[in-house]
Amino acid sequence: MTDDTLFEDELAEPEILTLPLDGWHRSQGARMVEFAGYHMPIQYEGIMAEHLWVRDAAGLFDVSHMGQLRIAGPDVVEALEALLPADVAGLGEGRQRYSLLLADDGGILDDLMLARLPAGDPLGEGEGAFYMVVNGATKWDDLAHLRERLDDAITLNLLDERALLALQGPKAVEALDRLVPGVAALGFMQAGAFDWNGAALWVSRSGYTGEDGFEISVPEEAVEALADALVAQPEVKPIGLGARDSLRLEAGLPLYGHDLTPETTPVEADLGFALSKRRREEGGFPGAERVLAEHAGGSAMKRVGLTVEGRQPVREGALVVDAEGAPIGRVTSGGFAPSVGQPIAMAFVPAALAAPGTAIQLLQRGKPHAATVVPMPFVPHRYVRKGAPK
Amino acid sequence: MTRYFTDEHEWIEVEGDTATVGITDYAQGQLGDIVFVEVPEEGCEVSKGGEAAVVESVKAASDVYAPVSGTVTEGNAALTDDPSLVNSDPEGSGWFFKLTLADTSELDGLMDEAAYKDFVAKL
Repeated sequence: MTDDTLFEDELAEPEILTLPLDGWHRSQGARMVEFAGYHMPIQYEGIMAEHLWVRDAAGLFDVSHMGQLRIAGPDVVEALEALLPADVAGLGEGRQRYSLLLADDGGILDDLMLARLPAGDPLGEGEGAFYMVVNGATKWDDLAHLRERLDDAITLNLLDERALLALQGPKAVEALDRLVPGVAALGFMQAGAFDWNGAALWVSRSGYTGEDGFEISVPEEAVEALADALVAQPEVKPIGLGARDSLRLEAGLPLYGHDLTPETTPVEADLGFALSKRRREEGGFPGAERVLAEHAGGSAMKRVGLTVEGRQPVREGALVVDAEGAPIGRVTSGGFAPSVGQPIAMAFVPAALAAPGTAIQLLQRGKPHAATVVPMPFVPHRYVRKGAPK
Repeated sequence: MTRYFTDEHEWIEVEGDTATVGITDYAQGQLGDIVFVEVPEEGCEVSKGGEAAVVESVKAASDVYAPVSGTVTEGNAALTDDPSLVNSDPEGSGWFFKLTLADTSELDGLMDEAAYKDFVAKL
């Protein structure tokens, strides 16, 4: 037998780094793999059981490999709007938004979360700062890009002395509010500063599983104690990268480096919601001409969700083919969906084939598979929204 | 009946010139939750070390190789409906296929149970 594990294919970094919870994961029985240049837990008791636990209760994910940035300085709003298609000016304090770091041709350099910090935020000095979370595998390139594009007067700090945890699932709010009273008052995409046993937390109600939940930035010296306190709650178990991937796939959420690349534009990726109304009207972000033309007139290719007939998973790299068997698109993520009970996938297909209900032919290792375009998410989102979004 | 093991984590149980093939408990543990198995059909010719079956877990697809050459007499149809049998009973009801051996001398290089245990312990 050979095991061409997807995650192991991504090993490129010469030196594999460890994260603050490395020993904690091992003591919890994790199987560790290399991911984004770090030793990371792929699973504890098993991907299927962990996946279903998150949908039913609450799962603790260590996402400390991701890049946490604090950006502050004069005209920082305008500076960020020159790099992202988000309405940064309209983002209130303690509000978070999903956005995209765009190249000059409109290609996606990374996807990210951006929050406006309140005065006296726990993450650094100075007023009017922003907190950005970027992908682990791209954080060094992102930093270089941001530093090159941002004025020297703007400070850009990588908060590498902080760990990042995600607590996801319908019972996450019960568990976390017990330890950190007050977090239950946050609504989806709202964030705030909290204290836990003297540790200054920055907590947002957000995540990447489609479930309600929180992302918790914590000083690295406190992260092990917080992880212990969280898994001591009856609702919470530690969850590995394997289930994180199957959960986000079911939630229809794209994964950078797989579903999103520098060759993908926001409209092709079906992320038009990340182009805020004012920015669509005013432009002024990288690649705006192309991106706005695609937004108005459509793009040639489109990211869609697929359900696959039968039981065999169709994975990243499989081809979308026409009736003659010629390649016309590509599967960018795929696998067995534990909560759906069948294989699902994301693929880029010609726009004419992007409507739900369209039959799609896939080809994987020489074998054809029948699939159907379906609306995403595959499993309904269960975000807890409070008040009108700002 | 004698059971042999390969360094690719297949087991083969031999009786005369017929045999049953599956993957080991160690292998299923490494793969994790198995969601799909494709076994060869009756009459299919397999060659020692060649691809004979496919097993897919939540995270990855893997090939299962034929421990010896021969002609498949039966694929385990139960795995089509319940691939998790490979997790729950890998060295019993989770078998993959049965075959008629082409050359029993091909068994010579395989490990017995004790040797395989030592092999796995060193991984």
